[in-house]
Amino acid sequence: MSTVSSSSLANSTATASTPQERTDRGVAVDIRGVSKVFGSGAEEVVALSDVDLQIAAGEFVCLLGASGCGKSTLLNLVAGLDKPTSGTVDTHGKRIAFMFQEATLFPWLTLAQNVDLALRLNGMAKADRKPRVEQLLEKVRLGGRGHRRPHELSGGMRQRGALARVLAQDADIVLMDEPFAALDAMTRDAMHDEIESLWSELGLTVMFVTHNVREAARLSDRTVLMESGPGRVKQIYPVHLPRPRHLDDPHLTEQAAHMTDELKTEVARHVR
Amino acid sequence: MSADVTERPTTAPPAGKEPGARAAAKPGRGKEIFAAVWPKVAAVVIVLAIWQLLYTSGWKPDYRFASPADTFERLVFVATGNGPFNFWMGVQNTVMRGVQGFLLSLVIGTALGIAVSQWKPLRNAIGAMITGLQTMPSIVWFPFAILIFGLDSAAIYFVILMGAIPSIANGIISGIDDVPPAYLRAGHMLGARGWRRYRYVVIPAALPSYVSGLSQGWAFAWRGLLAGEIIVSIPEVPALGTQLNQAATNGQSSNLLALMIVILILGMLASFVFSSLANSIRARRGLTGFTASR
Repeated sequence: MSTVSSSSLANSTATASTPQERTDRGVAVDIRGVSKVFGSGAEEVVALSDVDLQIAAGEFVCLLGASGCGKSTLLNLVAGLDKPTSGTVDTHGKRIAFMFQEATLFPWLTLAQNVDLALRLNGMAKADRKPRVEQLLEKVRLGGRGHRRPHELSGGMRQRGALARVLAQDADIVLMDEPFAALDAMTRDAMHDEIESLWSELGLTVMFVTHNVREAARLSDRTVLMESGPGRVKQIYPVHLPRPRHLDDPHLTEQAAHMTDELKTEVARHVR
Repeated sequence: MSADVTERPTTAPPAGKEPGARAAAKPGRGKEIFAAVWPKVAAVVIVLAIWQLLYTSGWKPDYRFASPADTFERLVFVATGNGPFNFWMGVQNTVMRGVQGFLLSLVIGTALGIAVSQWKPLRNAIGAMITGLQTMPSIVWFPFAILIFGLDSAAIYFVILMGAIPSIANGIISGIDDVPPAYLRAGHMLGARGWRRYRYVVIPAALPSYVSGLSQGWAFAWRGLLAGEIIVSIPEVPALGTQLNQAATNGQSSNLLALMIVILILGMLASFVFSSLANSIRARRGLTGFTASR
């Protein structure tokens, strides 16, 4: 694993946190020597091997890599949905929310009921829930649509609904597994603005899995490039660009191009 | 904070709820009712015509095969309390037995289904047996039930339970087996663990399959109940099955056919309740419209 300096790419007015600032805030996610093996014998698949990664509180980290490099597996381990074969994942008792690639709003509930369920399971009293649901739906620009059922919403609306449900959990760490992969480019842009704004406003720690290099450069403080077979951290790219960022920013394009070269090499190696 | 992107819902809300909804594209209410009713009316007319033709042909004597007119006249006669038996008391007793037996089956079948789906040794032990029991005709249970409980209502309830429980249990087992893992993961992350996992995720997600199992369970319960009332005749408890048996024994074909029509109507009412419930669940989940069964 190596860390690439992005000083040559960084804009002088960069506002992303520096490594020193991140250290000062403390580590939110501490992954040490983590390996994950599925199956056994001839069918054994090493999904992750000896992964070390520390993510500071309030940091936005993107996990980037070819399909099958273990990005989602790593996210599942952090979420506690699976256990590592070896190594440790420590989130210091912080609350974790997960936003999945597919819209996982429950189809038997309305949008408002989906958000309400997250509040209820989080222990909020009934009287406080209704105004909070409305507030959260307003925050993701779905005010007045709480009565709709998931199938009555577009893909973008569903993901914003899922985002409202994530926010309802009042989590410190938000894990996002390619949440915008199925959205069209314009809706994805809008969601990038939305998630960046909420991250900044709420001081969340975000781990965001993506295949999209420009998305990673657009959103992250650091982008972790993972290699496959077995999955491990190949390089970490700090992204010191000012926020809010725009996809047509030449500095962002330059940063993305740099990461794309590495990713292409990695994808080609994976395909072979 | 974000770009102003207008997104359109994937499914249009019902006409009239959104401005600009195209009401003209929706057929009129009268046409909808006509489209739903005419096939049923046509089916009834065809059955009555075949029945009348068979009667007119003199295929069987009147006391063995009554005409539609005699049957419906008899139906009105007994329904107004003029028959040789207490018709409405019979309907009440039969329906109450069915409902009670079904509710007991629902409780036992649901608990059994959840236990089997969650506890692997139990599934290995009795999972296949539950499916096997589902295929056993209810009539097969009667000799055993009469031997154990005698000619008593308990024997009928026993057969209802043995018919309905496997279907209900299988419905919930397959429903739980088919819950999309994405919902389970999402529920887990929301904090739905332990009993809350069932309350908020597993049972609601399994509901369509569960309702299908309930519907099938009711069908088995109803069949077992009527067979039971025919076999286990308890003179002091008037019931449809008992009255059916008496009508056949006394050669009262019009009574017999009238009672059969009542049994059919009650069965269709129950079926309507379950199919309405299933349709409502499907509609709320967006599982209507472009489906395989168009």
